[in-house]
Amino acid sequence: MRRCSAQLKCAEVKTQMKSVKRDKAVSLAVPGNLYWDFPEPLYTNSVSGKEKRMTGADAIVKCLEQEGVEYVFGYPGVAIAPFYNSILATDIKTVLVRQEQNAAHAASGYTRISGKPGVVAVTSGPGAENLFTGIATAFADSIPMICITGQVDSHLMGSDVFQEADVSGAVESFVKYSYIVRDVTDIPRIFREAFYIASTGRKGPVLIDIPCDVQKETISRFVYPKEVHLRTYKPTVEGHIVQIRKVIKELEKAKRPIICVGGGVHLGGAKEEVRAFSKKHGIPVVCTMMGLSVMPTDDPLFFGMVGNNGQPYGNQAMNKADLIIMAGARVADRSISQPDLAMAGKTLVHIDVDPAEIGKNTTPAIPLVGDIAHIFHTFNEQELHVDYSDWIAQLDDCRMHGQQKKAEKLRRAAENPDRHSVDPALFVHTLSSAMAPDAVYVADVGQNQLWSCANAQIREGGRFLTSGGMGTMGYALPAALGAALGAPGRQVVCVCGDGGFQMSMMELAAMQYYHIPCKCVVLRNLSLGLVRQHQHLVYHDHFSVIDLGGYPKLKELTAAYDTHYYRLETNAGIQGTIDAFLKDPAPSLMEVIVDPDELA
Amino acid sequence: MKKIYSVLVENRAGVLCKVAGLFWRRCYNIDSLAVGETDDHTVSHMIIVSSGDSGTLEQVEKQLNKKLDVIKVKTFTEDQAVSRELMLIKVHYNRNNRRDIMENCSIMGAQIIDMSKSLMTIQICDTPERVSMFLDTFKTISIVEITRTGTLAVPKCKDGQA
Repeated sequence: MRRCSAQLKCAEVKTQMKSVKRDKAVSLAVPGNLYWDFPEPLYTNSVSGKEKRMTGADAIVKCLEQEGVEYVFGYPGVAIAPFYNSILATDIKTVLVRQEQNAAHAASGYTRISGKPGVVAVTSGPGAENLFTGIATAFADSIPMICITGQVDSHLMGSDVFQEADVSGAVESFVKYSYIVRDVTDIPRIFREAFYIASTGRKGPVLIDIPCDVQKETISRFVYPKEVHLRTYKPTVEGHIVQIRKVIKELEKAKRPIICVGGGVHLGGAKEEVRAFSKKHGIPVVCTMMGLSVMPTDDPLFFGMVGNNGQPYGNQAMNKADLIIMAGARVADRSISQPDLAMAGKTLVHIDVDPAEIGKNTTPAIPLVGDIAHIFHTFNEQELHVDYSDWIAQLDDCRMHGQQKKAEKLRRAAENPDRHSVDPALFVHTLSSAMAPDAVYVADVGQNQLWSCANAQIREGGRFLTSGGMGTMGYALPAALGAALGAPGRQVVCVCGDGGFQMSMMELAAMQYYHIPCKCVVLRNLSLGLVRQHQHLVYHDHFSVIDLGGYPKLKELTAAYDTHYYRLETNAGIQGTIDAFLKDPAPSLMEVIVDPDELA
Repeated sequence: MKKIYSVLVENRAGVLCKVAGLFWRRCYNIDSLAVGETDDHTVSHMIIVSSGDSGTLEQVEKQLNKKLDVIKVKTFTEDQAVSRELMLIKVHYNRNNRRDIMENCSIMGAQIIDMSKSLMTIQICDTPERVSMFLDTFKTISIVEITRTGTLAVPKCKDGQA
């Protein structure tokens, strides 16, 4: 009897679904917009609301609803099956990625664009293990994220049963916090805490491991706590006013100050405050890789990225400065390789929400712990009369010189008739200039990332994403997918090399299946370019294990996924191909032929 | 340089592992670690002795504070604290060395707490240095087993201080 009614319901849903689908296809097929005809659930719960008792899995889903979660990225399996069963009863959309690692990257991309913690749900053992690289990548860049992992039944835990792994123990060193849910009644509290922990202070991923039996247990009462009571966790919110005044005093004394912004400015939502402060007093700004797009590329006060892959004029500006304000940056090895040497003779102000970052790599004269938006807001309220125009003029000179040299190089590349490949710098420059002003540019890892950092033109409202801390190849495509879901209507373009692309190219399927109109560029040089470059420079062309060959053939590959394919072989026609590629409303891929000898 | 960390943590499963894992992951030294419950059964007290340069020791404190299961961290040097360690040592004895062992025990204030025809177990509770010193006196004696608690320490009493 019950089965009968369930089948009936199922049929009803199917017919309803069809009509809905047709409507959506007409109304939403606008270029540049997401045209959702998200495949909808085929099954509904056969038990009516009245009879049904709430299970742990229902409670989890309810928690996600309370947190306003729109998407769950993941991959089901037996240990997380109760959760995926319960989620059908809600409006939360699920995205089935093709490998768990990509679920984490997609959630990361979603988080970074929407500002809301992305949610991932995968099964126990291998499902969770596949997630680790994604979690570590998010941790290295302080991206808030909630990772729900199924676990074997509580009474089996510790007995090495099928698909059992000590997930919580294994991720300990690269999550902000992790939980194992042992009691179903803890679910609301744990989820409330997890979202709070992930998205406050120094943000980061939180993992919740839930045994399958706990998901199935009934919970008699569901109350989502309003407040979080954590005696051990009180993130610093406001910067100390005494320290803030000290910084202002130092700025009054300084002749050549500079602000170096990192990913913390994005994470703290302090972009506008930082820009306003820089503009108000004419203080030049440089950035780390994670701080790209805090300032538009053409801002007169912006002097590029620093570090061993940065702009020479950016590094010169840092070297010449007498006061450096590091804001939301770790003073990590790639941006400042010898911190003590680089900071000698300068006054360093280090602003970070995480007290442990301050003094970790170098000792600042003025440590300033707190929420970066609050600190810059307070900076903006302080009286300060300074004039750094001489310093700016000096930097301008340097930048103009550098940019002229670069423009000349690009011009020569564009006009060179003998070239049988595309100049990657010229390509990135042309692509990013042709993109919408508020577009999201996602760079993978490798030479493509360095070309992107050095040449991408990011405008007001635009955003640059990459895996900066961990440098995880294969990040770009799934992150772009998540970013597109986080910002419907915004253009999202990812740029990969052919190595990184192949690490996550299976997500073309998810992109196509869910009709997420991302753009994917593959800079094809048939080798692991950055490793090859390293072997060229350090091992004197003793090339080892870097040859990728010509596989897969991207034209055939995209055909298999029904993804539109574009190809660019030489600099000729670069603008036309890029324009056509960007204009295409469907998910599409562009293969760009690059010379393997090209250095980044 | 040596430092003592008095760390109050949540008394939950896995917390010891998380704290010890932090030392392992960041290459900090653990010279000694002792854990026990406090008067509040939801709180455990860890006494960790670590050594390194001053920058590292400062990072240890910051990283400990960052752990979400850590309630409070206090740090002090050895001379700012009174510290004790308990050692149990089981040795073989015979007619020739029995008297020596007993004399050593009485000099150092150790007690013989268990004994059979050929074995005895001695307990000493003293500062870590004196415990080590006591142990040195057993060089010529056949030791069966040794167990030490690790250092326990509290800051020295000062009036007007909590």
